[in-house]
Amino acid sequence: MEHAILRDDELDLLFEEIAEKYGYDFTLYSKASLKRRVSRICMMDKLYSFAELRYQLMHYPDYLQRFVEEITVNVTEMYRDPNFYKTLREDVLPQLATYPFIRIWIAGCATGEEVYSVAIMLQEANLYDRSLIYATDLNPTVLEKARNGVFSIRHMKQYSENYIISGGKKELSSYYMANYDVVKFHDKLKERVVFSTHNLVSDASFNEFQLIMCRNVLIYFEKELQHKVFNLFDNSLEKLGYLALGSKESIRFSSLENMYRKLGSDKIWRKLH
Amino acid sequence: MIKYDYRNIGILMIGGSAGSLKVLFDLLPDLDEDLGFPIIIVVHRKAAADSQLESVFEKHTKLKVLEIEDKMSLEPNTIYLAPADYHVLLETPTELALDYSEKLHYSRPSIDVTFQSGAEMFGERVVAMLLSGANHDGAQGLKYIQSVGGLVIIQDPETAEVDFMPREAIAKVTADCIIKPTEMAKFINKLAKTANNK
Repeated sequence: MEHAILRDDELDLLFEEIAEKYGYDFTLYSKASLKRRVSRICMMDKLYSFAELRYQLMHYPDYLQRFVEEITVNVTEMYRDPNFYKTLREDVLPQLATYPFIRIWIAGCATGEEVYSVAIMLQEANLYDRSLIYATDLNPTVLEKARNGVFSIRHMKQYSENYIISGGKKELSSYYMANYDVVKFHDKLKERVVFSTHNLVSDASFNEFQLIMCRNVLIYFEKELQHKVFNLFDNSLEKLGYLALGSKESIRFSSLENMYRKLGSDKIWRKLH
Repeated sequence: MIKYDYRNIGILMIGGSAGSLKVLFDLLPDLDEDLGFPIIIVVHRKAAADSQLESVFEKHTKLKVLEIEDKMSLEPNTIYLAPADYHVLLETPTELALDYSEKLHYSRPSIDVTFQSGAEMFGERVVAMLLSGANHDGAQGLKYIQSVGGLVIIQDPETAEVDFMPREAIAKVTADCIIKPTEMAKFINKLAKTANNK
């Protein structure tokens, strides 16, 4: 386990400098997680002091990309919280089906496992050909992985079980080709996906959607930044559109609370006005 | 054998794995309602959402029980349960945070992660207790707590359903107290009374 290498004031200073020099603003990220991530990358890269890390970041712009990728959490799963996907499949997709054209934004998609999960569900509901999924993340490297659609075979047993619980009627394996220790999902599943970098902290709304999914991203933000992002989502959602968050995230106590209605026990809200 | 202490307690953190639920259900009913500090419980459990745990805990205690949600505030005399599949961190002394990063010791939530975060936030005002389990988790976290002057309590391995975790911890840190489940509630109540919280 990593001991804290940076003091809180050093961490603040470093992130102010990064925001100023590179435009990546982490100053309103949740400190508890950020501190762990910074300690972790310092251990991995053998940087044993604030000065060494700062020197590396300020003098080697290439290092920044690695730094950003490592301090953000890119852990994700297919059909994560399968019951959430069941609600999506049974309650949300039939509503989306009433639109001639369906636009979905998956914000903070990391390596894309949830993007392929949604694409498969849209196909099974016969909605895929008139849907467009915008899959965004601030890390170009993880987006590249998402675009490739190649995942370790190690997790497929778990993902298949999740898929079945979510109400999947086929075999998950019918959507990919296995090759040694990896699987590659069919290209068809990304034909209707636009992968693009987008930073929730600094980038604006870019379209209007009927469904925005942003799961286990807001937990890394302080409340102030969460409120800012909620407004961004609100500006990007059509009337009667859906906002889906991670299983422990909520719009409670935000300005959106009174303008949205929660769907049952899952973390899905519908915009009323 | 048990030493009492007069520090102002900021938080009690309890970690456990296999065999720890029974210990918790035995000790919780006897805890005083006005301890003066919050309790965080990190118990390994399957990722499959069995959110029933909150209501099961409620049946065993007079204290308020909450399963942790993002940015929940920490109040005294309340039990906070780590949710399945998230690490629990302290954002400030009065605010919790969740984290979905890599598993540690094949575990998420990991006891080490929460113990370390509590130690950083509260220093010597932390009391940590490690219970029965079949995993390496917790030992390193206790070591961290000891290094900041917090109080380290370990379940007596002789009384543990699975003694691996408490034995690992005892091998790594000098516990302030090795304790039997039957003495735990009394010990915590006494700590609360002698502390300056009230």
